Amino acid sequence: MKDLFRGKLVRLTAEEPETQAKSEVRWQRDSEFRRLADSDPTDVSSEKKIKEWLEKRNEEGFKPERYPFAIRALDGDKLIGFTGLWVDLIHSEGWVGIGIGEREFWGKGYGTDAMRLILQYAFAELNLKRVSLALHSYNERALKSYEQAGFTLEGRTRGDQRREGKRTDTLWMGILHDEWLQRQNGASK
Amino acid sequence: MKDILKGELVRLSALDADELGKAFARWSRDSEYRRLLDASAPRLNSQKAVQKWLEKEIEEQSVQQHWFSIRTLADDKLLGDIDLFVYNWIGRDAFVGLGIGEREFWGRGYGTDVMHVILRYGFTEVNLYRVTLNVFEYNPRAIRSYEKAGFRHEGRMRQFLNKEGRRWDMLFMGILREEWMEQNGNFS
Amino acid sequence: MFDIQTQLFEGDEIRFGPIDYEKDPEVESKWTHDAEFMRLYDIAPARPMSAAMVKKQYEKLEKQVEEDKNLYPFAIRAREDDRLIGKAVIQWIEWTNGNGFIRLGIGAVEDRRKGYGTQALRMLLRFAFAELNLYRVTANVPEYNEAAIALLKKAGFTEEVRRRKALERDGQRWDMLGFGLLNDEWQNQAEA
Repeated sequence: MKDLFRGKLVRLTAEEPETQAKSEVRWQRDSEFRRLADSDPTDVSSEKKIKEWLEKRNEEGFKPERYPFAIRALDGDKLIGFTGLWVDLIHSEGWVGIGIGEREFWGKGYGTDAMRLILQYAFAELNLKRVSLALHSYNERALKSYEQAGFTLEGRTRGDQRREGKRTDTLWMGILHDEWLQRQNGASK
Repeated sequence: MKDILKGELVRLSALDADELGKAFARWSRDSEYRRLLDASAPRLNSQKAVQKWLEKEIEEQSVQQHWFSIRTLADDKLLGDIDLFVYNWIGRDAFVGLGIGEREFWGRGYGTDVMHVILRYGFTEVNLYRVTLNVFEYNPRAIRSYEKAGFRHEGRMRQFLNKEGRRWDMLFMGILREEWMEQNGNFS
Repeated sequence: MFDIQTQLFEGDEIRFGPIDYEKDPEVESKWTHDAEFMRLYDIAPARPMSAAMVKKQYEKLEKQVEEDKNLYPFAIRAREDDRLIGKAVIQWIEWTNGNGFIRLGIGAVEDRRKGYGTQALRMLLRFAFAELNLYRVTANVPEYNEAAIALLKKAGFTEEVRRRKALERDGQRWDMLGFGLLNDEWQNQAEA
């Protein structure tokens, strides 16, 4: 039985609200990071508010619909981002979100490694039938990373985002359980 | 898309705290019914208390619990309630619990029909992999009904119950989606 | 064309109306007991609701309209006698981006195939584009809902997204389709 939480570059963790809030309040102030990750208007929250939100989530306990994780780099153990799965239990579909808040870890494979771990969790542990995600058409780095991870582009909603006076699209991607399995078998050969 | 809430004799219907509360309070005075249904010692609860409890339970239903009242197709009479409780999402397994409070509907195929409807619901709408149930050794009518519905015997907790100076087993029965599909062809 | 005279809420045979707390809960409760309707209208498991539950849901909805300010629900009523025949909504509106999601359903099977859905969709789009000034609207439908797909295509929607095998029903996996219509496209149709 392999260690599901440990990859080649990162590991998935659960953090104390205080620890995570300290990093998140900093990441949130990077508006480029926010605009790559979110579609809501970018705003700023206090560390206290973030901590309280995380504490409330802990109090609610484990729910079968959500699996949030934090991401730490193996080398140096730095908290670099977060990821999570939101599960539609009836249709066995997981929605994945991932954000690397620490800029120096962009474009070096950390996100891809975290995605590999979360997909493994989704398919090998949660037995989901498919995993989906959405991203902005201007997030080229993410698009490449997700394609590498095995996601197929399934469509685009035209012009549903407007930023800096320009209209952009939301891209939708998905990977099916069988496709993931094939990639695993292919990789181990 | 088929109407999966309807069977041959019964249909699955909504829970109404008022109506069901009244019915529950009445049915729970039938101690034979309670002892067939429940392992714990029966209590006599007021209609008001049952209604209040029901309101809270109905409110708290989540994607995990699928709870229905059972009505006859012929004349819309309330005969009992049934629920599917998904206790294991990863294995996609749910416990089914059935109670027919109205005695006139015992032993006439109503139980088998409602079980067929709930299994179809469980397999084609909640997309379960298997359904489990518990039944007491001293309830042969129900055991037969469940066997007819396709459940297989999977084991027993020996001497689990202590009633009327005797020990009784609690049986486990289960049915897999693939078995049910085979038995029911095109989900009819 | 600046036309404020033509009623937003009146169609030929249908109209958009408010909720009638006296009559509607019973009607809608009946729809929820028809799993065929529920499985076309929603991807969540079909659950019958009592009139009391429907009434509570209406109250929650009106509260949500007040608080979230990002949805516009409508009761679809027959013009002749104001009886409830369906529901429609523009929801999840993102004002900064000008997006909204639409959904509509005609509850009773005997009220379908009469053109009510087409009329309701036309009115809904006019409200979305000419009153809410949305840039685009999206409609998500499962691939087995052929009637809805035909309705959307006739209204000028484009299939934009196909999420493969995203839902499961009747022992089969189905694609979930995303249709989109832009304000410009809608306007061009209107002028044509």
